[in-house]
Amino acid sequence: MSDPSDALASAKAAADRIVKLKRLNACLTPIKELRKSLVVQASTAHPSGVLYGMPVAVKDNICTLEFTTSCGSKILEGYRSPYEATAVAKLKAAGALIAGKTNCDEFGMGSSTEHSAYGRSFHPFDKTRVPGGSSGGSAALVAAGAVPAALGSETGGSVRQPASLCGVVGIKPTYGRVSRYGLVAFGSSLDQIGVLGRSVHDAARVLSVISGRDPRDSTCEERDSLRLPNVPESLQGFVIGVPKEYFPQDLDPAVRRACDRAIRLLRELGAAVREVSLPHTAYAIATYYIIAPAEASSNLARYDGARYGPRFNGSEDVRALYRTTRGEGFGPEVRRRVLIGTYVLSSGYYDAYYRKAQQMRALMAQDFRNVFDRGVDLLFTATTPTPAFKAGEKLNDPVAMYLSDIFTVTANLAGLPAISLPIGRIKGLPIGGQLIGQAFLEDEMLEAAYALERAVPAAEEA
Amino acid sequence: MAGAWETVIGLETHVQLRTVSKMFCGCSAAFGAPPNTNVCPVCLGLPGALPMPNEQALKLAVRAALGLGCTVHSRSVFARKNYFYPDLPKGYQISQFEQPLATAGSLSYLSPDRGIATTTIQRLHVEEDAGKSLHDRFPKQTAIDLNRCGVPLIEIVTGPDFRSPHEARAYLLTLKQVLEYAGISDCDMEKGSLRVDANVSVRRAGEATLGTKTEVKNINSFAYVEKALTVERDRQIAVLDAGGTVAQQTMLYDSKTNNVRPQRSKEESHDYRYFPDPDLPPLVLTEEFIAEQQTLLPELPAKKRERFVEKYALNVTDAAVLTADRNVADYYEAVVHAGADAKIAANWVMTEVLADAKDHGDGLRVPPGALANLIGLVRGGTVSHQAAKRVFAEVAERGGEPRNVAEALGVMQVADTGVLAGWVSEVLAAHPTEVARFKNGEAKLVQFLLGQVMKASRGKADPKLAQRVLEEKLTS
Repeated sequence: MSDPSDALASAKAAADRIVKLKRLNACLTPIKELRKSLVVQASTAHPSGVLYGMPVAVKDNICTLEFTTSCGSKILEGYRSPYEATAVAKLKAAGALIAGKTNCDEFGMGSSTEHSAYGRSFHPFDKTRVPGGSSGGSAALVAAGAVPAALGSETGGSVRQPASLCGVVGIKPTYGRVSRYGLVAFGSSLDQIGVLGRSVHDAARVLSVISGRDPRDSTCEERDSLRLPNVPESLQGFVIGVPKEYFPQDLDPAVRRACDRAIRLLRELGAAVREVSLPHTAYAIATYYIIAPAEASSNLARYDGARYGPRFNGSEDVRALYRTTRGEGFGPEVRRRVLIGTYVLSSGYYDAYYRKAQQMRALMAQDFRNVFDRGVDLLFTATTPTPAFKAGEKLNDPVAMYLSDIFTVTANLAGLPAISLPIGRIKGLPIGGQLIGQAFLEDEMLEAAYALERAVPAAEEA
Repeated sequence: MAGAWETVIGLETHVQLRTVSKMFCGCSAAFGAPPNTNVCPVCLGLPGALPMPNEQALKLAVRAALGLGCTVHSRSVFARKNYFYPDLPKGYQISQFEQPLATAGSLSYLSPDRGIATTTIQRLHVEEDAGKSLHDRFPKQTAIDLNRCGVPLIEIVTGPDFRSPHEARAYLLTLKQVLEYAGISDCDMEKGSLRVDANVSVRRAGEATLGTKTEVKNINSFAYVEKALTVERDRQIAVLDAGGTVAQQTMLYDSKTNNVRPQRSKEESHDYRYFPDPDLPPLVLTEEFIAEQQTLLPELPAKKRERFVEKYALNVTDAAVLTADRNVADYYEAVVHAGADAKIAANWVMTEVLADAKDHGDGLRVPPGALANLIGLVRGGTVSHQAAKRVFAEVAERGGEPRNVAEALGVMQVADTGVLAGWVSEVLAAHPTEVARFKNGEAKLVQFLLGQVMKASRGKADPKLAQRVLEEKLTS
């Protein structure tokens, strides 16, 4: 696509589709503004770019010049960033069109997109259910066919989990593969921008464009952008590990059936599949829910009403300004995590919680290295323990909500790349399977994903 | 009563590094720009912005650490110090905590009480400055200027090693000297590029354990260091003498009233919740990098002082005066290298040169070669010492070669014995009584007569030669 009129047509069509999907509450950008911007973008997009004319929706916690960046929070209502994220700048340089900002759990804290100050997003196939989260708006838009791909972000599974629940592909790259500059921080040592796509290829080519070094992010690795592999004929030579800790006795039988089928297909493709063990897996959720809130409590300190965002009443003194702005501007889940994070970093508790969690995190990363050192190339697991759950079902039970990330947080804690792709349906609802790769070996992971995607009857009941 | 108490002081000094740009972004670190003009998403702490360390700041910090004899660690860790304050836009300051850049250094300084004393430097770490809250711009409102936010700082922490307020001040002046020498900071307390907090406690003389300490803040000028510490020490002694106990708290010094008051507990942050900054990987410095900074470190004042004593046969006090400022030391050496006698050059620099510099914004206005020439003229008897001072002032003011200036001023000394003999004859003829008394044994009258000769010559006679001619005539 290099004819400017094609880009314009693509832009208009995307806007039309997004309007039609208003019922999903997946896109936060007012439609008039979106339309106008898409037309302008289409006329100025780089025709030689590899993503020329491709509409890509962007999660609301990634800074764009085009639209507001509110992170699904009241505390940043109407906030316009004076700069754009490196990933967004790279997308635009490649000719892509920024197709609006997508709804998400506030600051990425949640697994259902119910914790958004702008209302929950709806599952595209069943409005009583959630699309997952926190990148639920991005997943819903891709699943409903509004855009071929969207940017999301992950701290503990926020791309892969909604991808699994919505039946699309979600990639979380290696920590340091994509610049975090302009991604509004939640848990900085865990955060990565990821991609949701209709197919492995759509997601992968967007990832390839946004990856690579950035002089503005010192945690971004000094590497060239990711090169896309070809679709392999077979998986001959691949060794795929199946970690037994991810298949507990009480795993949903339908999820287990879907995984068994995917594993059988991987074997049939020529891969050697063996059971492996990641012994510290049981501590993942506890570890994650110390480290992520600790970092969040510090990262979210800047939202005090003094410089930007709405300022809530409390003009008597500066403490009152902080109290009311933060008390009213943050939703309950964010407040809960800020309190947890503040607590675990307090001087009397630092050693018992934060330091211990960091030690556990190192042990979990070592678990993965041990497995990979023994010749395993990739790991296969279910992405989520269940398909999409009902809205409201876990809203008042934070621990149940946290457990929906049980299979995804480990890749964030260990900084590893992982991809979720649809492997079947359970009573009509999609379920995803996950491949976890070795650091910076996304290409191997994508090869296996291409092969599995082609082989698996994703639309069929497991 | 004060004799029964021993004062114990430790200092924490914050020094702004002399860099063009800020610690974690490319904004200018210059002082004095219009409010909130040297800012960007990074130093404003906007959502999504990330810090990138400034390599030049790290070089200066390492040089400072090496200059203070510290061990520079090949791996150190940036940490977040969390607290809420309007001039701290991220809600945390990027600093270092558990693993600082450097530890275990020392600095020798001249204690007014104990001679050469040495303080330990417990740690030196890198951090970013906060912005400024301006409480006096608008009535009942606080204005925030974030230009200073993100300016690179080092914090230098001493042990509890000072035993008096003036000892603490002497250390601080030495520290300033070292940092200025090495080009690390301009150390201007008035501009805030050097700031001091002090930990003060007192104990009974001879006791081994430390008393309860307070932290004294808001000491904004070198002039107040001694005053603030003295006030706090006296306050603690008064409390203890009255049978009370010292409360561990932060005291704010008020220079207007020369008093200290406890910081309101509201202003105090009890728990900074330090943790490693996940936005910044551990700072890893190679041996080569550290070694290179060592080679870029100039000769420091203490070393230079020793060398001046040895090489130029100066006493310690003179050497200390000459090495207090690196420019002055370099100037002095240039004068000596241009051929001036080391001792005489030292006297000139310590008197005329420093006095002139003091009146003219620290400018060393007479080129070292010119001063060496002037010293040569005095030595050769061409210009008297008194006249040379006039020549110096003239060269400082308008420039020129000292010999030409001396001629133009008409202060070249007359060393022509024929001319001198004429003045001597004139004087002898005019003072027959004194000549007679001299011949009768009043030898000291030669000084009176010489004075008359100098007067007759209007100061131009070379005094030594004139005395010889006079004595010859009197005894012939």
